[in-house]
Formats: sequence, C-alpha cells, structure tokens
Amino acid sequence: MSIIEIRDLRKSYRVYQKREGVWASVQGLFHREYREVEAVRGINLQVEQGEFVAFLGPNGAGKTTTLKLLSGVINPSSGQATVMGFVPWERSNEYRRRFALVMGQKNQLWWDLPAADSFRLHQHIYRLEADQFKRTVDELADLLDVQKLLTRPVRELSLGERMKMELIAALLHSPEVLFLDEPTIGLDVIAQHKIQQFLKHYQQVRRITILLTSHYMKDIAALCQRVVVIAGGLIQYDGSLSGIIDQFSSDKIVTLQLGKDEDFAGLEKFPGIVELQPPKFKFRVGRDDVAKTLGPLLATKQIDDIVVEDPPLEEVIAAVFTKANADSEASAQASK
Amino acid sequence: MLAKVQTWWTFFLIAVNERLVYRGDFMLGTLMRFLPTLTQIFLWWAIYDVISSRPDESLDGKIAGYRYGDMVAYYLMVTITRAFSSMPGLTSGVARSIRSGEVKKFLIQPVDMIGCLLVQRVAHKLVYYFIAALPFTLVFFLCRGFFLNGWPAPEEMLVFFLSLLLSFLLGFFIEICLGLVSFWFLEVASLGFIYMLLNFLLSGHMFPLELLPESPVNLRAAVDWLPLKYLAYFSAAVFLGKLSSEEMWRGLAIEAVWVLFFIVLARWMWSRGVRRYSAYGG
Repeated sequence: MSIIEIRDLRKSYRVYQKREGVWASVQGLFHREYREVEAVRGINLQVEQGEFVAFLGPNGAGKTTTLKLLSGVINPSSGQATVMGFVPWERSNEYRRRFALVMGQKNQLWWDLPAADSFRLHQHIYRLEADQFKRTVDELADLLDVQKLLTRPVRELSLGERMKMELIAALLHSPEVLFLDEPTIGLDVIAQHKIQQFLKHYQQVRRITILLTSHYMKDIAALCQRVVVIAGGLIQYDGSLSGIIDQFSSDKIVTLQLGKDEDFAGLEKFPGIVELQPPKFKFRVGRDDVAKTLGPLLATKQIDDIVVEDPPLEEVIAAVFTKANADSEASAQASK
Repeated sequence: MLAKVQTWWTFFLIAVNERLVYRGDFMLGTLMRFLPTLTQIFLWWAIYDVISSRPDESLDGKIAGYRYGDMVAYYLMVTITRAFSSMPGLTSGVARSIRSGEVKKFLIQPVDMIGCLLVQRVAHKLVYYFIAALPFTLVFFLCRGFFLNGWPAPEEMLVFFLSLLLSFLLGFFIEICLGLVSFWFLEVASLGFIYMLLNFLLSGHMFPLELLPESPVNLRAAVDWLPLKYLAYFSAAVFLGKLSSEEMWRGLAIEAVWVLFFIVLARWMWSRGVRRYSAYGG
C-alpha cells in the first residue's frame, strides 16, 4: 500500500461576498451572500514511501489546501485520504507523532527565547529520549550550520536562520512524512541553496517521504524526481520535471549565429521570431519542423553556430497555469 | 501520565524563562497597579470627610457598613484578588492566534492548547508574584493601619486562599471562552470590552458591592449568583470579615460551580470551534 493515498479529495470554502460601497456593507449586516470556492476539486494521488514530490502551481491553486488536508488541519468536503494508514483529519495523537508540517510563513518557535528552549519543549511533546534528542539536535544543527545560534533568542535571528531552526524543530521527532509549504520563501540565494542541500541530504539518508510546495523552480529541480502540477484545484500533470516540457510544449527554440558578412535582410519576415540582433537570430518553431525550417537556411546562409533547445521551463509552466485557470473558470461558469 | 507531567513542567519552565525576559516591564507594571487604587483612596477620603463634617447618627461615619479604614483596606485587598483573577492579554491572545492561524500548531502537534495556556499563565502569575512581592509588602506595611480589624480568623484565612485560587481559574476560563468566540466571529475586542465594563461594575472592582442598588432591580442580590463578584469582591470581603461562616462557604461553592461551568464550556467551545475551523477556515 502507498504511504499517501488520496482518492477524489475535494474541499470547498464558503466565502462571504461583499459588494463595494457603504450601503452594501450595511446590507451585509442583515443579509449575507456567500459563494462556494472550490479550492480542491477532486484530487487522486498516490505517493510511495521515500518519494520526494513537488506540488507546483500558481497562487490559489489548491497546493496549501491539500497539505492542510493531509496534515489534518482541515476536513475535506468529500473524498478520502490516508497517510501511513491514518485518516489525517481524525487527528489521532499516534498520527501526529509521525509527521510534521513546516510552513514558510508560520512560526512555531518561541519568539523571545532561544531555539534550544523550543526544541526542549518538542522533546517532551513528542516524548523523545534525552540522549536520542540531544544527538538529533546536534546532528541537524551541524548539517544546517547553526550550532552557535541555538542559544540566541529567535527574534534576533535572520529569516534564513529562523527557517533552519523551524526545520530542526519539525524534524526532531524523526517524522516519517514531512510536508513543506514554501520552505524557502523570502530567503536569499545562499540560504535557499543551503536548505535545498540539507533537505536533499536528509531525505536521501532517512528515506522519508516529503511533499513540498514551492514557487522556486530551482528548489524543485534540485530536489524532486516527481512533480505534480496543480492548478484550478485539479492535478494537471504528474511526472518528471522534464516531462512537463514534452507534454505541454510542442516548440523548440533555435538560435543561429550568422557569418560576419551575412545579409539579414528578409529574415525579419520569418515566422516565430524571438530575437533578431545581428549576428544572432533566434526563433521558435514546431518540434517536428526543425529540420524542415533549418534546411533552406543552411543552404542559403553562412551559419557559424546552431543551438536547438527546449523553451524555458518557467515559460511552459506559466502557460500550463494560464490554461488551467481559464478551464476552471469556464467550468465554474458552466456549473452556475 | 508521567510523560504528560514532564511536558507541562517543561512548558512551565520555558514560560517562566520567557516572562523573565520582561522583568523590567513587570516591575513598572506592579507599581502602576497601585495608582488607580490611590486615586480611589483619595476620592473616598474626600467623601468621608464630608460625612464627618455633617454628623448623622444613622450613618455613624460609615458608608454601607464601611468605615474609611475599611474602605481603603477593601481596595487594597481587591488589588490582591485582581492579581489572581485578571488575565491581561489572554482573550486577545487567543483571538489573535485563531485569526492568524497560529492555532494550527495545536491541531498538528499532539499537545492541548488550553492546557498549554493554563500552564503558561500559572508561570506568568508566579513570576509576577515573585517580582511584585516586594512592592506589595511595602504598600501593605505602610497601610497596615487601615486594617482596623487586624488579621482574619483561621477559617476566613482558609476560605480566602481557596477563593484566590478559584478566582484565578475563573478569570482564566472566562477569558479563554471569550477568546474562543473568535472561531465564530473574527473580532472579539468589543466582547472583551463589555466584559471589562461589567467587571468594573459588578465584580467589586470599582466599589464594594454593598453599594449596588436594591431597587428597582435587586442588583445587590443578583450579583451573588453571577460569576463576576468572585473575581474581586468575594475574596476581599472574606478577608475583611464581612461574611458569616455560612455565607463564606456558600460563596465558595457557587464560585467552584462557576469554575466548573466555564471549564466545561471552554472544552465544548474548543471542540466545536476546531470542527468549524477545519470545515471553513484553515
């Protein structure tokens, strides 16, 4: 059996609709209009033990809602999910001792006290043996390079340092399943990299299962073998990162470096130009038409260099998001 | 069981540490606590002055059974009771953690929020008493002359201490309930304000409850059955020997019932609130 099983999971919120203006506010006192917002609209997913899965999607796609469902913070409107055999929203203590949720924007450490104090609290909340606990803290603090900061009040730490402490706090009880919601949000490149390295190492050594949401493609490229694209509350794609390009983009980008004396006249009428800046000429062409297009060019022009590449991943994903959003709006319209 | 005790104990120690960070603020706060009392003492001084200049046999220099010294002693004792029953920042803290989503922590981690807050509050109070002991002792020593009846009898002393403990629990659980209302209504500041107003008037915080009117509505009798009087008046009245033995124990019993009521209410609100939170919010 898979460690995480999600079957037709749905979650809709009721949101208070308020029209603009003072009069509308007064009306709102007596009669409120609500609108159902479907944050998750039927997700099916299986994750095996030891997988590192990324949730990719635009803001409001349903990523965080899914993580909240899986960590038992919210109940679904319908559908089922089990994590390690537990139904998350039953919130049994047994389940809660075996997973962790880290939210990049939420703080679970005590603000005015050193992180070491918060860790000690976690030791007792999760009933950890004293020497085991000490070893874990040392190991994690070493890996994240924060040994010297353990005794400094959390409020005096930088955002990156605080995030590292949050991670340590979440991992003290050696969770078998870890949910990470935007763990590198707002961090600088160095801190991001450090945390990526750490997560990668930790996951490889412990073989735990991790679900991560992030906006940073670099996080995902560095960490996850499997990417789940969520948009409009539905899974749009499930597979490897590079597979996204194969599935959603039918184009290639061709860059030509023309000879010094070559004449550029006539090229500006070429279809799909991305950039025309002598001696560089860049254009977009259907995957199947690359050879057909390049043939005549090679025959007539002197060309020093040719590069044929996939369009940038960000661009492809942005296109997937836009399409999914449009689809979900269309279906919301249709259901009215 | 042992593991649970250990968890709470760690919580307690950490909360003590946290409080000690603010010890300077505490010192100042303690001294400030006596300022309003001082203005009340002066006000009553002026009032008693007027009474004594117009001798009236029926009053005998007393107002509602209080001589001037009794009145001052009453306010001083109310300061003590309120040091147990007042919970600065509790309602708003609970409301804030619900609104900001911090409350999630208690859904994700195997630890109980109300228990957590209780242990924290006990720690805060103990640190407070420790730091405030010196200024309190000083004030009471200087004012010892106002306690015209001297020390209370052992039985009164016992009821006094029990009532202080219960008033702590009562204040705590009332404010927890107010804070938990946030699960349904995002803003509870006005609710807290109403509570504060009623508290001022009906707990004996502003004046001894003997001064409440008996007609057209018999407020005087009604407050006996409300929880508020146990937040200020009751303990002070016990200490000052205002109540008969029977009245004391009956009051204590009513107070205990209210404490129990608010504990159950808080539990119920928490479980309903969490259900609602996970259905709508999150």
